[in-house]
Formats: sequence, structure tokens, C-alpha cells
Amino acid sequence: MKKENSPTLMREALCNTLISAAEKDARIIALDADLVSSSGMKPFFKKFPDRAINCGIAEANMMGVAAGLSLVGKIPFAHSFGPFATRRSCDQIFISQAYAKLNVRIIGSDPGVTAAYNGGTHMPFEDMAILRSIPDITLLEPADPIALADIVGKLCGDDYYGIYYIRMARKEAVKVYETGASFTIGKGNVLRDGKDVTIFASGIMVAEALLAADQLSESGVSARVVDMFTWKPIDVELIAKCAAETGRFIVAENHNIYGGLGGAIAEVTAKTHPVPIEFVGVKDRFGQVGKQSELQEIYGLTAADIVKAAASR
Amino acid sequence: MDIQEMKDFAKQIRVTTLRELAVPGFGHIGGAMSIVETLAVLYGKYLKHDPKNPLWAERDKLVLSKGHSGPALYATLALRGYFPMEMLTELNRVGGRLPSHVDRTKTPGIDMTAGSLGQGLSVACGIALGDRLDGRDCRTYCIVGDGELNEGQNWEALMFAAQYNLGNLTLFVDNNKVQLDGWTNDIMSIGNIKAKIQEFGWNVLSVDGHDVEAVSNALSGVVAPIPSAIILDTIKGKGAEFAEAAAPNNHHMTFTAEQIESVIKEIL
Repeated sequence: MKKENSPTLMREALCNTLISAAEKDARIIALDADLVSSSGMKPFFKKFPDRAINCGIAEANMMGVAAGLSLVGKIPFAHSFGPFATRRSCDQIFISQAYAKLNVRIIGSDPGVTAAYNGGTHMPFEDMAILRSIPDITLLEPADPIALADIVGKLCGDDYYGIYYIRMARKEAVKVYETGASFTIGKGNVLRDGKDVTIFASGIMVAEALLAADQLSESGVSARVVDMFTWKPIDVELIAKCAAETGRFIVAENHNIYGGLGGAIAEVTAKTHPVPIEFVGVKDRFGQVGKQSELQEIYGLTAADIVKAAASR
Repeated sequence: MDIQEMKDFAKQIRVTTLRELAVPGFGHIGGAMSIVETLAVLYGKYLKHDPKNPLWAERDKLVLSKGHSGPALYATLALRGYFPMEMLTELNRVGGRLPSHVDRTKTPGIDMTAGSLGQGLSVACGIALGDRLDGRDCRTYCIVGDGELNEGQNWEALMFAAQYNLGNLTLFVDNNKVQLDGWTNDIMSIGNIKAKIQEFGWNVLSVDGHDVEAVSNALSGVVAPIPSAIILDTIKGKGAEFAEAAAPNNHHMTFTAEQIESVIKEIL
């Protein structure tokens, strides 16, 4: 059952969180690249017209403007669809924001198959990989509106300085967390304990991982599920602990397996405690149009795919 | 500073920049020489700044988008007391505070990092917008190269500044007619810069970029409610004879201490 005050849509959580932060803090600025009608930020744009900057279809410029705003003390949140917020603006994020050590939050919406009928041009399986090689950047993928609201709320404050990329589905997300759940950026959340295998997931794959764990338990496999919503900096300690305790990993991600969460986790285990890893993700393919559920089937991003991976040894 | 003082200041900046470049014996001499008079006018008269407090919020900001012209700005900042003159020997030294391309995290007085061309004007737009939102009475200046205008992001930023009426933003275009590979007209002509920027909704002036009085007059005229651009007609390598003569192959050069000393004698 959904509780009151817990928005079902990710974009509502984003907008409500930023409005409540902006009411208290004049430094909060929203930028968009002609996607305000999609990002759910219309109420913010209506309420704070001076602090809501529509940059038109010009993402590179938007990233530079965001950098400039942060240089004079603002806390800008710049949104576009994931591919345009990353592929299209990579050098601006690299040089004008990260290398210049400024303070910007980038929202990339519609990750992977959640882009659905917008198809391959709009379906980023590569956004995290593109940004992960930028030093000091923080990469986040919250699983549901409660996680998103908590994380975005934290990023409105002074405890966080730097470049933060928030990869978020815009529409419905399966509820994973209860109201009041808290998140520590850089730390994974163990959602379910288990001893035979650890399933690491983020974004839409967290709900799939929980379903898979249920199914696995019916066949006697005890699966631990970890919401690895921070891809960078990766939670080295938790990965090492899970490796030692469960001896086996499955990583489930709505992203290309090249340059993805699985690779990031493998880098850690290879050094700390090597364990076999199954990679449930997009196998180096481009996107296409389709219903999200159909695309999850096509790209192998379902609970069944996770269960199959668990049985593949 | 009055006009004569700014002319003298320009001479000092040029000579100081050349001596700074002589230490490594290589560098982006062409584009450094072409903005000297503009820096003299800005730091001699127009820029509201405090060398003792480089991060003063109310200061005017300068984004040197053609970040490779850093050596001229470093010389200017040293002459205005942002850091000791001896620090100029750190140009391009590993671990030093004066990298080839300007870096706000390394050098006092450098407001923005730049070097990947085409990005500075967008950042300048954000600064100008942020200052206006907070009611700070200050201006943002940005210097781009003519070759740099090949980068499409500039034109996104030109649209943005006009859309948001950034009257507190002034753009200089260092129109020195040379880009790395040759004359801009041969590589990627940008045509009539003034007409193009005007068409984007800016107030645009054109001046001789080596005439201190003309640059100063142009700056005193930019109080429009819309953003202003000043197109500087300049010579790449200006004042360093061997560099001027090498055009269009004078974007980045190597040179000897003797060459530098001989042009300094000419200037003085």
C-alpha cells in the first residue's frame, strides 16, 4: 500500500523536493533544456520564475550556465534526458564543472529502457560509463521516489560540494522504501539478507532483484539484495563484506554491462576478494522503441533473468 | 588610469608577458599578444576588483575563454599585485601555479578555468545571471577568440544571453584572424562577426583592439540593457615582431631568449 505523501511518480518527488528546498534557500536554481513538460518541474518553474532557467535545446550551454551559477554561490540542478545530459554535454561537465571544481547537480532522466517509446536515440545505456571516468564526480541512481527525494534533498544542502549526476526514471517506480528511509551517499543499502549469493542492483533493477530473491528462496537459494544506488564512489567495504560472506555476485543494471555497475564492482572484488560474478544488463546493444516491460524482456532485465543468472553456475 | 597610463600599462603587460614566455621558451605567444591592450583597459580602469581579495563577491568577473592566452593575463595579474612577479617563472612548470591554460583552482585572480574552446561564454552567462539574481552591482566580461567562434556552443550562449537580457555581460572577440592551422578565412571562415552577433540580439561595437583609447571608449559605451559585444580588430602576435611575421603559424611557437630580448628592446 502506498502511503500518503509518498508520490508515485519519480518526477513529482523531484519537483516537490526542489520546491521545498527552494522555499528555504534562494541558492537553489533549476535549469532545463526544453524538457520542463517532461521533467515534472513545471510547478517549480511556475513558483520560482526567476530561479527556473529554460535554456532551450542547448544542453552544452546549459551545463556551462550551471557552472557559472555555481561559481557565484548558487546550487544549480540541470535536467535533460540522460543521453543529452551526458553524451551531449560530456566536455562541458568535464571542463567547466568538474575540472573547474564547481558545484553542480545534473539530473539525467529516462535511463535505459525507461525511455520506452522514445527509442534508441533517447535510451542511455552508456550515461554512467561516460561520466564515471571523470575524477571526483558522484554517480547516483535512486530506486524509487522516496530514495530520490531523500538524495535530492541532501544535495540541496551544504554537506555536498562537487558534481553529482542523478540518473532517474521519470515515471512510475515500484515502491522499495518506506517513508522516512534514509540514505548515505557512497553506501549501499542491504535490503534483504542472504548467504548464498549477493544481488547488487540500482534503479529499476532493485525491484527486479527483490522479486528474484523471493523466487530464489522458493528453490532454496538464500540471496542477499543490495541497492547500490551510488555507483561512484563505490562502497568498497560493503562489496568486500558481501564477497566474503556470500561468495558469489550477480549485478543487475539497466545499463550497458561495459562500463557499468558490474564492472565497477568487479574492479573492487578483483582486488579485495575475488568471487564469480554474473552480469545482468544490456549486452553492448543499442536501444529501440517499445513498452518498458517488453524492452526489459528483450534486453534481459527482468527478475527471471536474475534467477537464470543465479542458476547458471 | 587615464589613456596614457593605460598605454604604458599595456606596454608593461606586453613586456612582462614576453619575459614570462621566455622562461619556458615556448608557448601561445600569438593570442597572448593580441589581447594585451584589452587587458590593460580592463585592469587599468574598468574592472571592479581587489587584488587582496580575489574572491570578493562584488567584483567584476573575467572569463578568459581562450584560455591559452593565460600568459598575458598572468602578467597583468602579477603587475596588479595578485601575486609576486617572481611567480611568473612558474609558467608551464610541472606542479606550478601558472598552467598553459587558465585554471581558477591554481591562480589567484583567475575567475574561471578554460582551455577547451567554446565553453567560456556559457559560464560567463551563468555568472552574470547569478550576480543579477542576487542583486550584485557587477559585470562579467568574457574574451573569446575569432577561431574559437567555430565552436557551436558560443552561438547557444549568444542566444541565451539575449533571451535573458544579460545587460551585465560584455563579450570581447579577439579577431586576430588566425587559428591554429592557419588564417581563419582559409580554415573555417566565420564571415561578418559583427552582423552575426547583432542578429543574435546583442549590442555590438567594432574597434581597433590595439588602440587603448578606442577600446576604452567602447567599454564606456556598454550600458545597454542587452548584452554587449566588442569586436577587437587585432593582430596575432602583436608587438613581437618575429611572432607577427610568422603568421599564420604563430598560434604556438618556440623562441629563444635573444629573440624575446630583441623585441622587448623594440617595444621599450
